[in-house]
Amino acid sequence: MLKRALAIISLLLIGYWIAQGLAGVPFGQDRMLVAQYYLDHVKEQTGAVNAVTAIVVNYRGFDTLGEVTVLFIASTGVGALLWRRKKQRTAKTEGSIVLTTGTRLLVPFVMLFGAYIFIHGHLTPGGGFPGGATIATAFLLLYMAFVQYEIPHKAFEKVEGAVGVSYVLVGLIGLAIGGYFLYDWIWQDWGFGVDNIGRLLSGGFIPIIYTIIGLKVGTELSGIIDNMLKEEVSE
Amino acid sequence: MISVYYFGAISLILIGLYAVLVKKNLLKMLIGLSIMETGVNLLLVSVGYVAGRSAPILSEGIGPNQAVDPIPQALVLTAIVIGVATTAMALSVAMILHEKYGTLNVEEIRRLRG
Repeated sequence: MLKRALAIISLLLIGYWIAQGLAGVPFGQDRMLVAQYYLDHVKEQTGAVNAVTAIVVNYRGFDTLGEVTVLFIASTGVGALLWRRKKQRTAKTEGSIVLTTGTRLLVPFVMLFGAYIFIHGHLTPGGGFPGGATIATAFLLLYMAFVQYEIPHKAFEKVEGAVGVSYVLVGLIGLAIGGYFLYDWIWQDWGFGVDNIGRLLSGGFIPIIYTIIGLKVGTELSGIIDNMLKEEVSE
Repeated sequence: MISVYYFGAISLILIGLYAVLVKKNLLKMLIGLSIMETGVNLLLVSVGYVAGRSAPILSEGIGPNQAVDPIPQALVLTAIVIGVATTAMALSVAMILHEKYGTLNVEEIRRLRG
């Protein structure tokens, strides 16, 4: 009881402290400094309509590479923690008829929707991370509906490695052409899609990078699902 | 006077922190961590909000002066995925602990060690 009271008191103190800190940041007022520059120049500098994805891929592309690396390390960590010599799925109950029929019908469309989200990242809300998560939900559906289903491990590992390398490669090509890592040569040098802003074929290398991120996130989250659903079996 | 949006986000953070401090079940602590993370994300997004403006997608009718701050949204976008990955990792640690000790109670796990 004492512990709980102490916890509540400290929580109230922390809450008061955060609220005091936020008192200097009134809600809903314009305080943009860097962001105003981004918003003013996002169209001619990156060719993207969606300022959020332009920041994620162009202005903070190196940061995003770091975040993809964190995701990769977390996925590898799950694999390492749940590693056993002999492991397979031991699910016993098949999904209900509603789930299996729905899965058969919906899985292609869920994957298509995920691909739509990451290909249109520079135009609409979304991008590589939500698109990849959507694709992973398609595999989760398959896992839930069918007892024996497993993802194609060999292909997934290859895709995961290849897209990780190709992100760095895109950055290195930019380094070779423009002089710094992740230089957007498609937009800055070629001017590809200059009179096309707001349509699919524009946005410099944002669609390429986002396809890479989407595949990476999708395969990694599916791998995490696969690792967590498997159990050890005695030989 | 604190805004109701800040109030909601801060109270989510505090609820999550309470679960982490008080609960003994590992799964409940992890749920608390997830709630905390949601609160932090909401707080970041609401700091970036500007009254009367639209989402930072510069299409027809929305110029650079009619959009909210895009930077917190970009940060939160990636933070959500990282949060999911780290939660998955913490859950697999919990799975291994449960296999090894047969319980998820942190105090009992601590007592068994040694």
